[in-house]
Amino acid sequence: MAAPVFPPLPGPDLLSLCSFPLEVADYALKGYHLNAIVSPDQVLNAAADLDRAGLALDTITGVDWLVEGQMEVVYDYFHPNTGLRAVVRTKVPRANPVLPSISQVFPGANWHERETHDFFGIEFAGHPNLAPFLLPEDATYHPLRKDFIA
Amino acid sequence: MIANEEQASALVRQAPQETFVLNLGPQHPATHGVLRVKLTMDGEFITRAEPVCGYIHRMQEKMGENRPYAQFLPNTSRIDYLSAMTYTHAFVGAVERAAKIQVPPRAEYIRVLTSELNRISSHLVWWGAFLLDLGGFTPLLYAFDDREKILDLLEGITGARLTYAYFRIGGLYNDVDDAFLTGTRAFVQHMRPRLKMYRELVTENIILRKRLDGIGPISREMCRKYGATGPVIRGSGVPYDVRKCESYSAYSDFDFEIPCYREGDSMARYLVRLEEIAQSLRIIEQAMDKLPAGPVMAEKVPRVLKLPAGDYCYAVEAARGRFMVRLVSDNKEIPYRVKLRTPCLSNLSLFEEASQGMLLPDALALMGSLDLVIPDIDR
Repeated sequence: MAAPVFPPLPGPDLLSLCSFPLEVADYALKGYHLNAIVSPDQVLNAAADLDRAGLALDTITGVDWLVEGQMEVVYDYFHPNTGLRAVVRTKVPRANPVLPSISQVFPGANWHERETHDFFGIEFAGHPNLAPFLLPEDATYHPLRKDFIA
Repeated sequence: MIANEEQASALVRQAPQETFVLNLGPQHPATHGVLRVKLTMDGEFITRAEPVCGYIHRMQEKMGENRPYAQFLPNTSRIDYLSAMTYTHAFVGAVERAAKIQVPPRAEYIRVLTSELNRISSHLVWWGAFLLDLGGFTPLLYAFDDREKILDLLEGITGARLTYAYFRIGGLYNDVDDAFLTGTRAFVQHMRPRLKMYRELVTENIILRKRLDGIGPISREMCRKYGATGPVIRGSGVPYDVRKCESYSAYSDFDFEIPCYREGDSMARYLVRLEEIAQSLRIIEQAMDKLPAGPVMAEKVPRVLKLPAGDYCYAVEAARGRFMVRLVSDNKEIPYRVKLRTPCLSNLSLFEEASQGMLLPDALALMGSLDLVIPDIDR
């Protein structure tokens, strides 16, 4: 049985509030309504815009694209009142993966960024405390990097 | 030696400026598992509570990336071991969404039915353990007595008492039998008067009220900023429930309400969970009344699954809140990336801010009301 599709939110409010391009995604196939690809320096603005639109931070994670030599960072958001799901993604060079921290906007990002730093070695500039979160306190490896051999 | 009153009051004035570090856990009964909290205390009051996580980190996400989809399935029962059904649901849901597999209606109904039974058993564990934290031993025995009936029912059809892995990509491991259905009906009949008894014996208890009313308030804004979900956000006046707002599986076929309280205190979260048990009973009854006939497994599920390249999310309402699986596929047999978004991590992340300035025993009541499962945080 196909899950009923949540009415796509045209969200003129949301779209006009956002200073970055949001595309409407196929929810039935993807599991999110809106998708955006932004440059690394836009990440903080995107978070601030979505915060103003009333969205909550769902999670932050990375994807290591070894062949392309890039690290993708994916920010998931949801709206607590409407259930709208928005995804913001960006790519940074694998050799020097640095992004601004959004923990000033969403304090909940603090732990998600620490976890992403643990697993992928991505630096979040302006993060209050990037100490290992789930890995041992002396960990120097990043297990979800595709070239990591256990 | 204190010579006079003036010296004594000078000492009192100095005292509050002195803080000390108190270590809670990782082996402490109130942290339910291996969570450690580094508390900076000002006397009996908390000035800073910093949770230290990772003591049972197992790198579940890496395990997801080095084996085929079907082989990762048993792991999904072991993330939040009290909510195994719903977690497996999110994983198979994500794979089915990507592979465009149509799950038969009977399988979807049984998924809802068993998930709701699982939700009740999870809430019963929380209820017993939470009251144990607060100093009441007896309710735990009642809760585990009732939970035992659910475990027996689920053991009959899944073969497991906790880590079910009952849902399969495309359907279910096997169909339910008559013994399960009659047993579940008997359980629903049994549970309703028990809920009334719980209310009369425990919920109305003045000692419990004094421990929970107004304790550990969490605002809806704090929930939003930290991404708290489940009974935590519903106890803060936001009726956010994935079963309604991203209605998945067969949930849109059922009539049920989302219990929601505005107070945001520990009592509100307590009441939300108890009312959710009653709502789950409603869903279970409806699912049994309307249970369609037919197969419980989709036809032609390929033995070797290769998902089209791209990313796919699937979220469910687990007992503790929003659980989401994000799969990234590069069109190979093995997923490129498996992200597990777990509710307890977000729910605990607000503890540092919410517990500031609280008395230590009140903060433990707050922590208990968040219903933490540590392997769910550490993964």
